[in-house]
Amino acid sequence: MPELKEPLIPVVGVVTDIRIDTPDVKTFRVVTPDGKKAFEHKPGQCAMLSIPGVGEAMFSITSSPTNEEYMEFSIKKCGCVTEWLHSMEVGQQITIRGPYGNAFPVDTAFVGHDMLFIAGGIGLAPLRSVINYCRHYRDRYGKIDVVYGSRSMQDLVDYKEIIDEWANDAGVTVHLTIDREQPEWTGHVGFVPNYVKELGFSTDKIAILCGPPIMIKFTLAGLQELGFDKTQVYTTMELRMKCGIGKCGRCNIGSKYVCKDGPVFRCDQIDELPNEY
Amino acid sequence: MRKLSLDKLDALFAAISATNTLYLPVDTKAGARFERWESGKTLSTALNTVRSAKDFFFPQTENLMDFKVEGKSIEIIDTRTESEDFVLFGVRACDVKSFEVLDRVFLADPVDTYYKNRRDHGVIFSMACTRPVESCFCGTFGIDAANPGGDVACHMTDDALYLQANTDKGQRVLDSLDSLTEACTTEVVDEQNALIRERLARLPLADLSAEAFGSGKTAEYFDAPEWKQLSESCLGCGTCTFVCPTCQCYDIKDFNTGHGVKRFRCWDSCMYSEFTKMSAGQPRLTQLERFRQRFMHKLVYYPTNNDGLFSCVGCGRCVAKCPIHMNIVKVMKTLGGREHA
Repeated sequence: MPELKEPLIPVVGVVTDIRIDTPDVKTFRVVTPDGKKAFEHKPGQCAMLSIPGVGEAMFSITSSPTNEEYMEFSIKKCGCVTEWLHSMEVGQQITIRGPYGNAFPVDTAFVGHDMLFIAGGIGLAPLRSVINYCRHYRDRYGKIDVVYGSRSMQDLVDYKEIIDEWANDAGVTVHLTIDREQPEWTGHVGFVPNYVKELGFSTDKIAILCGPPIMIKFTLAGLQELGFDKTQVYTTMELRMKCGIGKCGRCNIGSKYVCKDGPVFRCDQIDELPNEY
Repeated sequence: MRKLSLDKLDALFAAISATNTLYLPVDTKAGARFERWESGKTLSTALNTVRSAKDFFFPQTENLMDFKVEGKSIEIIDTRTESEDFVLFGVRACDVKSFEVLDRVFLADPVDTYYKNRRDHGVIFSMACTRPVESCFCGTFGIDAANPGGDVACHMTDDALYLQANTDKGQRVLDSLDSLTEACTTEVVDEQNALIRERLARLPLADLSAEAFGSGKTAEYFDAPEWKQLSESCLGCGTCTFVCPTCQCYDIKDFNTGHGVKRFRCWDSCMYSEFTKMSAGQPRLTQLERFRQRFMHKLVYYPTNNDGLFSCVGCGRCVAKCPIHMNIVKVMKTLGGREHA
């Protein structure tokens, strides 16, 4: 038996809690069978989860590394693996390997800056890790703004945590919006890119975007109109992946591999990639 | 350098087989292919095997691990075993170079242990090409068919086999064959090499240059209008990928045997539409984009990440096998000839 550790061989994880976030998003809490975190990670990194016999897929780790007890994954039901994950009950074992990819530069480029997080739909999942990291080390960062939008009030992921925790933090401002009017909704109505422009942020911040490609495109344009430079804006990309270690070739775009060189990119770095994402 | 009379070739194979599993090209109805040597099998006289030699380190399919699933519980079974010691005899210079291309992927951190295990246990006996053919263009990538590399480099004449160890690993195997071989000068080999180089220089693709490609040229070629015409007839069959010694994209799949789950990997191709398909979308919608990916990767992306090394070794298999006669040579001539035409 070869002595080297094989990166493709996962470890067993146990699902210890399942939270229903929206009609098609659930958040799964995962620990090893002896109750520990499977591995340490940095905000923005991903993990491969699998159900033997069904398949393996890459997910962003939505919990903050500062959570010492468990890892969480917010997962939208949209394919074979995610459908199976959604049918799970607490106590189910899965497999997990990682962490994969780079991370948001939370301990370098972000330090000392005001932070502007902008997410659409399930795009909040990768940002929640960074937001909670910044909230944990509150004194390292300036003011925090979170702009988050979804189709409807029911489609806002982590709604309870946003209202009960984030909105009550000093120096954290949450701006929620939904696409269409709803009787029980008293907040803002409208698409995220327009809302960002309406809010008109000062340009001395670092902005982090995640959401559907169309939202990213228009939000980035909006930020540039406000005077943001692409070097101040970060996003996280998604391409199909199998290995997670830059070898299987699937997430190759230009000379980069999203699983290894990404998923986090500064928007000026994305400009250097061929337009194929 | 050591020399062996060709009438002792069988004895040499038998001696190698005593300590290593020996694989060499033999002729079959479907052309030359690497097979395990046993008494009675003779070395193919074909220039090269139909399939490349990459199978020996990166097999077309392989079991990665097993799972036992019971109720909600999962047991992960590491099925890796130590590879046998083996000798791969008669590998051409192009295929020898392909191992370096694959090494830079699979041995880069984090190391692929399945690949490394086989690589550590394999000894390469290369073979100089005395009869290169019109589809050969290894010289384009700086490969010398007269100096084929590997752990032991071999030259064969009408009556003798000449062996030169290039590595410690090769020297150890060669030392074990001392009773069959005798020391010799390099004179005959030098003569043969001069002849080989003369033939190489006369090949139709001898002037094909890769100079227009390489590290950092993404912007120069990505949006080239020529991709449309080049990719127009591509069937997306993936034959080029499968015969290619350097193509290394793979898929990982699970198979439920009824008694457990086997996770295996198999070769995959960026020429296939499913390759990048996600539930959230498909970044490469047409065959043009998939076709472009394969050649941009070989000629630009891979060199960008690997000190200018190209991910093509000019073996010519895709030139010979593509059902619509499209290939990397045409791509290089069309795109690379833009400025230089």
